[in-house]
Amino acid sequence: MSLFILVALPFLGALLPGLMNSAGRSACAGVTFTVSLTAFIGLLTNLPSVLAGEVVTARVDWMPVLGLNFTLMLDGLGFFFALLILGIGLLIIAYGRNYLSREDNMGQFFTYLLLFQGAMVGIVLSDNVLLLLIFWELTSLSSFLLIGYWKHLPEGRQGARMALTVTGMGGLAMIGGMLILGQIVGSYDLSVILQNRELIQADPLYLPALILILLGCFTKSAQFPFHFWLPHAMAAPTPVSAYLHSATMVKAGIFLMARMWPVLSGTPEWFVIVTTAGLVTMCIGAVIALFKHDLKALLAFSTVSHLGLITMLLGTGTAFGAMAAMFHILNHATFKAALFMSAGIIDHEAHTRDIRRLGGLRTLMPVTFVIATLAALSMAGIPLLNGFLSKEMMLEEANHTVLFNVPWLVPVLATVGSVFSAAYCFRLIGHTFFGPVRDDYPAKPHDPPAGLWMPPAILVVLVVVIGVAPFLAEPFVKLVTASVLGGEAEVPKAYFKIWHGLVPALYMSIIATVGGLILLMVFKPALRIWDGAPRPEAKVIFEAIVEAAATLAQKLILPLHNGAFSRYAAIGSVAIIGAGFHAWSTGQVGPATRTAQAADPVAIAGWGMLVAATVGLVFLHRNRLLSLILIGIVGLMVSIGFVFFSAPDLAMTQFTVEVVTIILLLLALNFLPKTTPVESSVLRRVRDVAVAVAGGVATFGIAYHFLLRDAVTTPISEFHLANSYKGGGGTNVVNVILVDFRGFDTYGEIIVLGIAALLIYALTQSLLGGPVRARLLNRKPDQPRAGDMHPMMMVVLTRVIMPVVMMVGFYIFLRGHNEPGGGFIAGLIVSIGVVMQYMASGFNWASARLHYPYHGVIGAGVLVAGLTGIGSWFVNKPFLTSDFTYVRIPPFEKFELATAALFDVGVFLAVVGAVMLSLESFSRLARRAHEPETEHPMDIDPSRDVEDAKGAV
Amino acid sequence: MSSATGIIDIAVMITFCALALGQTLSMVRLVLGPSYGDRILALDTMVINSLGLVVVLGIHQGVQIYFEVTLLIAMLGFVSTVALARFLLRGDIIE
Repeated sequence: MSLFILVALPFLGALLPGLMNSAGRSACAGVTFTVSLTAFIGLLTNLPSVLAGEVVTARVDWMPVLGLNFTLMLDGLGFFFALLILGIGLLIIAYGRNYLSREDNMGQFFTYLLLFQGAMVGIVLSDNVLLLLIFWELTSLSSFLLIGYWKHLPEGRQGARMALTVTGMGGLAMIGGMLILGQIVGSYDLSVILQNRELIQADPLYLPALILILLGCFTKSAQFPFHFWLPHAMAAPTPVSAYLHSATMVKAGIFLMARMWPVLSGTPEWFVIVTTAGLVTMCIGAVIALFKHDLKALLAFSTVSHLGLITMLLGTGTAFGAMAAMFHILNHATFKAALFMSAGIIDHEAHTRDIRRLGGLRTLMPVTFVIATLAALSMAGIPLLNGFLSKEMMLEEANHTVLFNVPWLVPVLATVGSVFSAAYCFRLIGHTFFGPVRDDYPAKPHDPPAGLWMPPAILVVLVVVIGVAPFLAEPFVKLVTASVLGGEAEVPKAYFKIWHGLVPALYMSIIATVGGLILLMVFKPALRIWDGAPRPEAKVIFEAIVEAAATLAQKLILPLHNGAFSRYAAIGSVAIIGAGFHAWSTGQVGPATRTAQAADPVAIAGWGMLVAATVGLVFLHRNRLLSLILIGIVGLMVSIGFVFFSAPDLAMTQFTVEVVTIILLLLALNFLPKTTPVESSVLRRVRDVAVAVAGGVATFGIAYHFLLRDAVTTPISEFHLANSYKGGGGTNVVNVILVDFRGFDTYGEIIVLGIAALLIYALTQSLLGGPVRARLLNRKPDQPRAGDMHPMMMVVLTRVIMPVVMMVGFYIFLRGHNEPGGGFIAGLIVSIGVVMQYMASGFNWASARLHYPYHGVIGAGVLVAGLTGIGSWFVNKPFLTSDFTYVRIPPFEKFELATAALFDVGVFLAVVGAVMLSLESFSRLARRAHEPETEHPMDIDPSRDVEDAKGAV
Repeated sequence: MSSATGIIDIAVMITFCALALGQTLSMVRLVLGPSYGDRILALDTMVINSLGLVVVLGIHQGVQIYFEVTLLIAMLGFVSTVALARFLLRGDIIE
């Protein structure tokens, strides 16, 4: 099966469980299982070529300029991990089907699981580090969803958040490391990077890259001091824990270290950092695990400890260490998944995972007892089980490793770790299954149905088979090791066997087992010492750090971002003035190319009015209605100014926007006090005046500057003017810019406009649906009201003018491409025409005559614009390429028909919909109770009087 | 011919000044008030005056397209006046 399909399958399959949710739990799990099984079989079809030592690759150039290509490769290492991910995934799906209760949303669970599976498969098959990073982040995100699957549990949410924070930060560091690596080598393809060991290790940036990449690996694989997230992730459902913490998520960091082994390992830096971290993690994890009472917490810390073990093996940088690491990954995945599933079974049947409340389950749950005991003994390193073999290899390797020039350090610490490791395994078995049968279990424990015990049983069979006949696994592990070593070192000749003779590793193993048993015997006093000893609580520290970061951010952000518009305006103005002043004082200023013209009296009068209205606004702004009238003057004078400076289309837009704004503000003012209270001190107002004056002067300065000279040698407008007709088929450059040159921007803008209008609608709707509704309905008007609600004069006038408005709108729209106009102005004009009807005859009357909801109009607009853009794909042109032709419909002049016009229809519809929806939402708020609802367009209607009189006769 | 252009130029100049004066006086009325009714009426007058200004500007510069701006002002300019008036009378402009 192609590698592309292999990676894509889980992602595509992730759609299915959600869809199958209503078809029942078995169907849902079945479909998930089928997807995974297909991928698994697809992987196996590549087995022959992998066994032959070939590297299967698949490549598609995605963004070659960035070096980001969709390249996948399957070698021994990738195959090994993919096998674990998909194989154990299958067992987890089967187990999860039986584990989840009826209340849990199974479709959601399996969707998350498949997303995670796809991301993991992506990591192990990526041949491009950037692609690998994408999948890496995807595992962080999907594991967040999985860990927090039980959203109602605060521990679940906190654990998920912690996992996301830690692994996400690590991922961020890793991005930096990978980019450095790519820069050094000049390629982001792994296969190229792996060939350049000398180049990378000689580079001065090797150490930073190494540290950054290791940060990513250590956070993901829960290495000290980032190990603390893993136990908190145990709040997840057990199938998730079993999957994430045995075979997948936490192995991703290990995988990457193994993947990068040929280029990064072998240096003193690698050896010291990785070996030390691994060794410390192994010991700390083992010690903490012994004293945990929650079965899953115990397993979580044992996972931390074993990950440390594998990391240490990789850190040694020897071929034998790498081989032992690979072998232990396989063994750990099998026994740990089985143990997690057993813990889940116990939790499921006994309703508790607390070891102190368990004991004596040996006779009550014999099947679970056998499975869990075999797996735990393997973890403890008891012969004839697979854990023994790789642990023996680890001890052998530790014996040859000298850290910090102290020859006994590594062997002793490894033995100490093994003693505690054996102790917690024995405790797990002894305190859960042995001892007297109790009568105070929260539920009556018994063996679960086969669906639950079968998946771990399959794994335990593997544990025993590999343990008894290690030569079966040997060729495969050596194949994987060969691809880890990548030709940098020879695959060790050592055979996998149970009996190596009386070597030091055997003595260490014996010490570990005996020491573990002794520790278990003195467990009670040891626990007392442990409980009495002070130790840092990782969660508290983590939360304190997060809290400190949040406080710091708040201290930085809140003064700048306090929710008051005046604050934003002040900061924005000062920043822009500062930047502008810096540019002006440091840059070069060209000579003036134009001379100043004398102002004529009319222009001065207009300017004077603009200034007077603005100054008046500053002094009178506390009276809100008056300031609205003054804003009206400002808008009017600005429109006239646009005409004066030969920009009629801007004038038209400005004028129509002005009308709509006044209506909108009046609608809002209806709910607001009519005056603004004095809130700020004199000093503050003086400061604001200073900022405002500075802003005004700066604006004047830049306007004056550019009125006298050209901005750049060839202004961009030259291009627009030259290509407007040739390329866009329109002579109105402004419109061609809107619908063609920058059509994609406009497309985004109408979407934003639509979203804004829908938000206004949603806000008012939620107000009306809430407790405010009663207050709004029974609101008393704050001023006396005139009697005539719908005066006849206004009704008649607006009805007469409506067709004219529509006609003008239509005309301006059609003409827009070549002369001033277009969809935006036309949309505003038509909206004003419709709003007039609302104002004249009232909300109810107008709404009753409304055939299409405004949401639909917005949607239709965006759709039309989008489809127009997509249309150009059919002729193999990029999105929104426009074309045009000329059409003549007899009574009209010949006019041009451009695809851009169709796009403009979209703009038109979106504008009409958005304006009307927001105005309508506001006026919906103003509905009051006990108002007479009339179906008549006006209150006093002479013709109705005549009809009434007729009816009376 | 030249005298006709001259006369038009003079007429345009006089109209400009008259309209600008009217505009300025309306502005004064708007600031003085005293009631909102006066102010809204002043704003409406200013809209009409600016309509005139644009027409005269179009004649002066010989640009037809300005006429359409006046068309829009004439057609829709009254809407804001009506809205303001309705606000004074009823508080709620769409009811």
